[in-house]
Amino acid sequence: MIDFALSEEIENYRQLIHALAENTMRPISREYDEREHEKPREWLRMMWDVSQGSSVTFGGSSEKKDGKKDRAVDAKRDGHSERFLNSAVSIEELSWGDAGLYLSIPNPGLGGAAVAAAGTPEQRRRFLERFKGGEPKWGAMAITEPGCGSDSAAITTTAVRDGDQWVLNGTKIFCTSGLMAAQESEGFVVVWATVDKSAGRAGIKAFVVDHHTPGMTVTKVEDKLGIRASDTASIVFEDCRIPLDNILGSPEVKGATDGFKGVMATFDATRPIVAASAIGIGRAAVDFVREVLQREGVTIHYDAAPHKLTAVERDFMEMESNLQAARLLTWRAAWMMDQGMHNNLEASMAKAKAGLAVTQVTQKAVELLGPLGYSRKLLLEKWMRDAKINDIFEGTQQINVMIVARRILGYSSKELN
Amino acid sequence: MVNFQPTEEQELIRDTVASFAREQIRPAAREADESGEVPDALVQQAWELGLVQSGIPEAFGGHGDSRSAVTGALVCEELGWGDLSVALHLLAPRLVAYPIAELGTEAQQRQVLPRYTGKAFNPGSAALMEPSIRFDIHELATTATRRNGDVILEGSKCYVPLGSEAEHLLVYARTADGLGAFIVPRETPGLKIVEREKNMGLRALATYDLSLANCRLPAAARLNGDLTPILNRSRTALAALAVGVARAAFEYARDYAKERRAFGVAIAQKQAIAFMLAEMAIEIDATRLLTWEAAWKIDRGEDATREACLAKNYAANMVLKVTDNALQVLGGHGYIREHPVELWLRNGRGFATFEGLVMI
Repeated sequence: MIDFALSEEIENYRQLIHALAENTMRPISREYDEREHEKPREWLRMMWDVSQGSSVTFGGSSEKKDGKKDRAVDAKRDGHSERFLNSAVSIEELSWGDAGLYLSIPNPGLGGAAVAAAGTPEQRRRFLERFKGGEPKWGAMAITEPGCGSDSAAITTTAVRDGDQWVLNGTKIFCTSGLMAAQESEGFVVVWATVDKSAGRAGIKAFVVDHHTPGMTVTKVEDKLGIRASDTASIVFEDCRIPLDNILGSPEVKGATDGFKGVMATFDATRPIVAASAIGIGRAAVDFVREVLQREGVTIHYDAAPHKLTAVERDFMEMESNLQAARLLTWRAAWMMDQGMHNNLEASMAKAKAGLAVTQVTQKAVELLGPLGYSRKLLLEKWMRDAKINDIFEGTQQINVMIVARRILGYSSKELN
Repeated sequence: MVNFQPTEEQELIRDTVASFAREQIRPAAREADESGEVPDALVQQAWELGLVQSGIPEAFGGHGDSRSAVTGALVCEELGWGDLSVALHLLAPRLVAYPIAELGTEAQQRQVLPRYTGKAFNPGSAALMEPSIRFDIHELATTATRRNGDVILEGSKCYVPLGSEAEHLLVYARTADGLGAFIVPRETPGLKIVEREKNMGLRALATYDLSLANCRLPAAARLNGDLTPILNRSRTALAALAVGVARAAFEYARDYAKERRAFGVAIAQKQAIAFMLAEMAIEIDATRLLTWEAAWKIDRGEDATREACLAKNYAANMVLKVTDNALQVLGGHGYIREHPVELWLRNGRGFATFEGLVMI
């Protein structure tokens, strides 16, 4: 039956993560926003150690580090787990703490998600086992290029077969955790490249490039508006050679684009997670505004007659509704993943709404708090800067609305673009 | 444990109401709006669905269902999808029966409830809204004053569904100790039906202005207890009806856009139209979930004032935007009464104003 109560396990975990966010992230939040390219090494090490004992790997597979399934969350209750919902809830808390720091946590990342989704059991072992111990590691995914972002089918990075190797050539930009994955840990970068440009989408494959592979160079780490604690890297591939069995999925160029589709399918899983992160930022802003209003003696009268509502009450109620709407759409998309239901439409709805809602919520929050909201003495202005990217990465607002449009209209990408 | 799946029983109820809405209500909607009345045959046919009887205890001839707000929301969405005026007409008796089932004394229940579980539809209603821009549920202009063991009601009410025919009206008034509700039988001296209203929308629904002047009732006419859950049920029901109206408009616009061609393609293949439709779909789903959450809280016996008010306000904004956009998608054709979208916009616009009018 319809139910909005988090299970005890998820709620307990959420409180744990919230405490982590409040006690370890908030205190260093401003510092690592200002010192953009420095890493909080001790905190990262601590988060790595914490994740070793948990089932939430902040984006990757759900197995605990000791190989055992997390009973609390992965248990087949009524035949279904709550893994994705648990991730959505925890990631909301981490992002409530600091979205940039959350993204910088050592973890398999989007690259790991791609391996989990499209890799063979052998590849999953080869690339994901490493996250179960040792030093902190990062996985990353490199798709965007200087000439294309949303139009990912237009990528120009090439992968050419040469004997028992693939040779990659091209430039990638905007790769989250790219620096840490490629050069600062024993991680890896999953790179989208084409084996046959003339074949369009069918020629696009995903390749795993291990850390420090010769020919892979981080050329730049971006200066950004927000999420400054997360390294966003440009990576150049020049005659970068990797083993033949580092390709995810089949190397064949077929009509059925399984490699591409398989990796695209990871977005159905990751979009709700990004939406959850956006909601965390939005909630930070709403929570803060609520505290300030309470302190200043401004009461929100939810059931007030329209002509009695103050502008502040109206704005605040709108913020709360938008945020909750985004949260429920996200929970629905995550729940569908847990139920094994196809959720392409719902995931894009959640991402579209969350990206938009959190942008509106944080911008309105800054406005409502006037001189305080604009000041760097408070984290509010930072949250507005952090929020904006959620409407852009992992599928822009417009792309997600486009996907929703195609689904509700029953159109292919050829029919509606 | 978080779950977005209604129970099988709820799906059966929803599907039954949805079929009725599709096969019986929708085809009658335009004619009802033009003529200003809901056909009696439709009302009596709908009586078989048990929309009113379901929530009344068996002791009084009802089905004894739990009056689940979630189930109510599912039902309201489908009825709203069919036609808002018809929906409010069919559900009107709940306005007096359900609060009495919730809060009434045995004497009150015995007096009123059996009248709404008979073989045919019997009109009942409630009077909440007042004809002023200052209408405020916390400071109603309609007063209830104690005098010599009786209660005297004074004031004006508007938007009373089926007001002139209702056998009982639940009249909301300001008392010395806050908001009160009073069971007023038809023909009580001092209760006067002033006139049938003419509104922008809800044209098929007979709503009335009425006045209360020295309207004397026994003290036992007061419905005692906390009215907050009653108000929240009403807000949640309105939000659910709005989702239904919006969904009707969205589906119609979507289907139209796939057929209508311009510049060599279906207009649905143009981004401006496609994006409008996609945003409508997102907001409808979002509103539904907010409404379900409010309903769920009500079912748990928790104070759902915040959630119900937020859901209702969100729904009111959403349904206006969606119905307006739906009309826009149809362009000039949306403006004429040959298509139902202008009707949905006229009805949709009302949600920002409606209070009460429906109960789950």
